[in-house]
Amino acid sequence: MTKEEIIKPENLVYKKPTLMNDNAMHYCPGCSHGVVHKLIAEVIEEMGMEDKTVGISPVGCAVFAYNYLDIDWQEAAHGRAPAVATAIKRLWPDRLVFTYQGDGDLACIGTAETIHALNRGENITIIFINNAIYGMTGGQMAPTTLVGMKSSTCPYGRDVKIHGYPLKMTEIAAQLEGTAYVTRQSVQSVPAIRKAKKAIRKAFENSMNGKGSNLVEIVSTCSSGWKMTPEKANKWMEEHMFPFYPLGDLKDKE
Amino acid sequence: MAEEVVLMKGNEAIAQAAIRCGADGYFGYPITPQSEVLETLAELKPWETTGMVVLQAESEVAAINMVYGGAGSGKMVMTSSSSPGVSLKQEGISYIAGAELPCLIVNVMRGGPGLGTIQPSQADYFQTVKGGGHGDYKLIALAPASVQEMTDFVALGFELAFKYRNPAIILADGVIGQMMEKVVLPAQKARRTEAEILEQCPWATTGKAKGRKPNIITSLELKPEAMEINNLRFQAKYRKIEENEVRFEEINCEDAEYLIIAFGSMARIGQKAMELAREQGIKVGILRPITLWPFPTKAIASYADKVKGMLVTELNAGQMIEDVRLAVNGKIKVEHFGRLGGIVPDPDEIVTALKETIIK
Repeated sequence: MTKEEIIKPENLVYKKPTLMNDNAMHYCPGCSHGVVHKLIAEVIEEMGMEDKTVGISPVGCAVFAYNYLDIDWQEAAHGRAPAVATAIKRLWPDRLVFTYQGDGDLACIGTAETIHALNRGENITIIFINNAIYGMTGGQMAPTTLVGMKSSTCPYGRDVKIHGYPLKMTEIAAQLEGTAYVTRQSVQSVPAIRKAKKAIRKAFENSMNGKGSNLVEIVSTCSSGWKMTPEKANKWMEEHMFPFYPLGDLKDKE
Repeated sequence: MAEEVVLMKGNEAIAQAAIRCGADGYFGYPITPQSEVLETLAELKPWETTGMVVLQAESEVAAINMVYGGAGSGKMVMTSSSSPGVSLKQEGISYIAGAELPCLIVNVMRGGPGLGTIQPSQADYFQTVKGGGHGDYKLIALAPASVQEMTDFVALGFELAFKYRNPAIILADGVIGQMMEKVVLPAQKARRTEAEILEQCPWATTGKAKGRKPNIITSLELKPEAMEINNLRFQAKYRKIEENEVRFEEINCEDAEYLIIAFGSMARIGQKAMELAREQGIKVGILRPITLWPFPTKAIASYADKVKGMLVTELNAGQMIEDVRLAVNGKIKVEHFGRLGGIVPDPDEIVTALKETIIK
């Protein structure tokens, strides 16, 4: 068979989601953002919500999420994305509204906005990228930084006597009456990516069916912040992050 | 709801006017002396009549960011608060100004700094007209002096906000928020339909309709050259607003030898002081800025050649006086009279201050 004969639409088994544009991503090699962006694009496309979705982009590495997904976006102040999403969803109830936030954004400066939006049962989805570090500002300690883990602001490792304990936001969210679906996923392997996509799909469907608020945590790597190769970062995540942030559904109201 | 005449508080008038002008959403947090805005909305349940969304947020910070979200999606949204609450909102206000979105903010001022007092004040003048949040931006600032104006400025604020895609603020004080007066409420206006919003706000994040590029609401621009262009665009817009939207009121200024310059409740007290002074043979007029920004600089400057002096009366330690002095540019004497900490002066205190500082 010639190349021309092979490359035909009917032979296509995989393609880039149409909602992903051709901009070269600014994320570091090994970063999880690109994969999660793709999953969101695929789910929106599969749900046929291309013209009815509004994303809220965060402060931090993913502030430019709007450069990669061809949907309407609002960029929110640090931590305030759930408040921004609350209003858009209430004012446009038939729209799919989601926030995309990192751990510094969601678990630190935006704790109040996150907990209250989830607890009000806003029909939104919060995608929570947890890489246990402040990526964009250069690898400082986050609320999610593991005990003993080094960062530029805890260079000798997180010491609970000085810095307190890592915050498990997803566990907190699962306890809130307003949440419909709370899950923790990852994207370091093909099976993990498939599960994460299913979780995002369920969360988005809940948002549209008025079931309440949804939180999808994705435990992620930050090769640059962790000062590791992408391969090492994935391994380190499995060995150190997963025991403290165990994967799986924490709440599913069905 | 047809036009009707009622007796109500300034804060209640804000709520009534918001519903009647067809607002889509109110997001707020209770704080004295403006809690009646949210309370009145909760009592009137506009979500059952006009479909207006009313939500008590978890904080002022959340409330203003809800306004940011709603405004970005093309809806007519507002918030209200009082001084310490408005300080918390400054982050969001800067973002809204930076993203060039229309919205209405109401500040019913109380005494400060800090937790201060719940009594009336005008000490947030600087915060309102000189910045407040970070960056070079301006708010269209309307200063009502009556419950009627509390009503009328809601629709006017929204109109100007949408005309220029810029946040507008009603800067009232506790007196205007709490006092009861006769007020003519406007007839109910229909909220804009989805089709109207899509047509009027093609920039809004309403979901990317087929065939158009994604709408992105942001105030971020990492390239300094591009950020400078953004800022130059903002400044050009501000100059246009300064040209077109200055509003002020003049009473007895034609033959005046002295002017009282005051806004909000102090203009009402100043009017009585003017009457008392005229009874004593002192020719006093009063000029009341209605827009604090854009400031009636030209009008005030024009009186520098006609009157002997100006007394700026404010419920603060002297804030608007700086803008009056800039307008007059040293040509005549401009002095300040103010009471602090939530004390509202009697008209005769103003007459005394006029005699002692300007006429003497």
